[in-house]
Amino acid sequence: MAIPFSYNVRSIAARWKTAIVSILGIAGTVGVFVAMLAMARGFQATLIASGSASNSIIRRAGSSSEMDSGVSLDQVRVVSDAPQVARNSEGVPLSSPELVVIGAFQLIKSGTDANTQIRGMTPLVLEVRPTVTMAEGRFFEPGLAELVVGSNAVQTYRGLELGSNVAFGGQDWKVVGIFNAGGSAFDSEIWCDHTVLAQTFNRPNNVFSSITARLNSPTDFGAFKDALTSDPRLTVQVEREVEYYAKQSQMVSTLIRVLGFLVAFVMAIGAVFGALNTMYSAVAARAREIATLRALGFGGGSVILSFMFESLLISFIGGVLGCIAVLPLNGFTAGTMNWQTFSHLAFAFRVTPGLLVAGIIFALFMGFVGGVLPAVRAARLQVAHALREL
Amino acid sequence: MKYLPFIFRNLFRKKTRTILTIGSIAVALFLFGLLVTIETALNAGVDVAGVDRLIVRNKISLIMPLPFSYQDRLRQIDHVSEATFASWFGAVYQEPKNFFPQFAIDTDTYRTVYPEFEIADDEWQAFLADRQGAVVGRVTADRFGWKVGDRIPLQGTFLSGTWEFNIRAIYDGSRAGDDESQFWFHAKYLEENRTWGKGMVGWYTVKIDDPDQAVTVTKAVDERFSNSAYETSTETEQAFAAGFAKQIGNIRMLIMSIGAVVLFTLLLVTGNTMAMAVRERVPELGVLKTLGFGDMTVLFLVLAESLVIATVGGALGVGLAKLFTLGGDPTGGMLPVFYLSTGEMLMGIGIAVFVGLAAGSIPALTAMNLRIVDALRRV
Repeated sequence: MAIPFSYNVRSIAARWKTAIVSILGIAGTVGVFVAMLAMARGFQATLIASGSASNSIIRRAGSSSEMDSGVSLDQVRVVSDAPQVARNSEGVPLSSPELVVIGAFQLIKSGTDANTQIRGMTPLVLEVRPTVTMAEGRFFEPGLAELVVGSNAVQTYRGLELGSNVAFGGQDWKVVGIFNAGGSAFDSEIWCDHTVLAQTFNRPNNVFSSITARLNSPTDFGAFKDALTSDPRLTVQVEREVEYYAKQSQMVSTLIRVLGFLVAFVMAIGAVFGALNTMYSAVAARAREIATLRALGFGGGSVILSFMFESLLISFIGGVLGCIAVLPLNGFTAGTMNWQTFSHLAFAFRVTPGLLVAGIIFALFMGFVGGVLPAVRAARLQVAHALREL
Repeated sequence: MKYLPFIFRNLFRKKTRTILTIGSIAVALFLFGLLVTIETALNAGVDVAGVDRLIVRNKISLIMPLPFSYQDRLRQIDHVSEATFASWFGAVYQEPKNFFPQFAIDTDTYRTVYPEFEIADDEWQAFLADRQGAVVGRVTADRFGWKVGDRIPLQGTFLSGTWEFNIRAIYDGSRAGDDESQFWFHAKYLEENRTWGKGMVGWYTVKIDDPDQAVTVTKAVDERFSNSAYETSTETEQAFAAGFAKQIGNIRMLIMSIGAVVLFTLLLVTGNTMAMAVRERVPELGVLKTLGFGDMTVLFLVLAESLVIATVGGALGVGLAKLFTLGGDPTGGMLPVFYLSTGEMLMGIGIAVFVGLAAGSIPALTAMNLRIVDALRRV
């Protein structure tokens, strides 16, 4: 026969001081675990959101990112003429050749310089990336030294507000618009006309970093890729935009994950020690009670079950508390350097339901490990001996 | 000293609890060691930056090059004793995740400016004699199992093609914080084989003869090249490294603040356990006092017990952390500088002792002020 669960609930209430200490230990561990994963998840999501399923990104074969790639104008023409590339109502192929460079801008927070991606392009980009909308002002005019700034970049760097003048690369630029790219990596970028950018940065004209092409349908990707990679005029690699950005997020999200797991693992050991201590002292303090239960006819199995339940309950409360504590982090914007592009990137934490469930499971696991030995000790108590301790 | 056996007897009375408490403290201090190490790693370069070195980069950003001709012009500036340059290469060994920094260096001047890297003389001579030679840091050599004499192919990124190198030397840093993950090769080899960007280098490192003149020299350099096609931005190596570390941004702050909270929680848990152990023994302490032990002796006995637990746990945790860091960077190349210094280890043990004192003091004071009658009544 099972011991009623209300016995455990009331026991926890009776010795709430020690219970709270183990609850706090477990809550802290779960909180850190979930927070670190939410950070990695958010970083990854920001980059992945930058890609669209219909878009492909074309770079020089062998390059690891846009930063070290180069595509010439003739190659751009060949790519744009591919039959899989979508066309707009005027029959213009929706491909956006882009030049990506890095400029150093002052961070508002620390006052030191950080690397910012500056992307040169033509206004056609708005049709290739329809998710990008103008939040304020207007898009730049081709051929003019005008900038449009991502909505995160405006908040991260000094002096990029709408209407301000920015000097870099020996050229005076005017910020004419703020764009919103739905929380993706583009929001940390500055966009402008590619010819002006190439001149300013002493880049050869008509050499681009990458081409982003919008396909008629995501299923055309295979044919598009085969056509380009087998074309003798081209030495390019073709990737889905989504995959490209997923790769870009790999290094930093791996770093956060490894550190997160490491810290959470170490903390878990500490929390399990705490739980063990609490449960052992609970067993010791209640030796008489346990012996009485046994004398009344409850079996060893019931005692184990009962104490396991108590330990799991404590860890569950801790897990829930930990999850609640990190919920406000959802949407919190942080910034870091993406090693792969060498530039600063703003991203938001993502606390997803999946992560919360993982956190609770983690808590229950700690409760299980911390409860099993004390429960066995409780069941093994010598009834006669324990009763004598009265 | 004569109380030592008594203290130990008490510690061993509840073995499980003592071990678990020592374990908790050890875990907390292990975590402390780990966080300090990560902090050092993310801040790499700031602590070991030379006070007599300035970094000269293109004003637009670090990825923009500077002309080769600047080397002689930099040397003419007052207080500049040497100028060396390096270029970022960024090639890939087998797969992109095997990242390590590669620099094409000016072999004539690099070691004068960076004397902290130790290389055997015969190896260095062998490197100089081989145009395809390369020098690699100890950490990277160990990571890929490279030995002197190995031939290493790297896949170029912004400079296409496969580039082959012969490992001719392995360098060690002379200080614990030195970056031992770099890969150097001849700038001349790069210059001869690059298809574009000839005559350009990545950045300059300038050695000055008087660190107090750093500000003056910084200004002089930037003025010298202002209004040219390649304007420069010059800062001390320390400021450069700090700026770099700052770009890592909030992540570091977040890891650190999370860690601090965790440490605090764990220590709280431990402190509570120790207090609990004393509370249980109040009647015994009453007996001790009845037998004639003084208030101070009782205080000392309780405090000593807590201190022993804390010190043993702390030393264990810090020792484990040290062992862990000796195993090297767990992320595989992202944190090239991964070590725990002796000062930080001592600080960790200091924290443990402090926790032992703090956790033990309240029960110890209670024990000291205990009235015998009250204590015995609880028997």
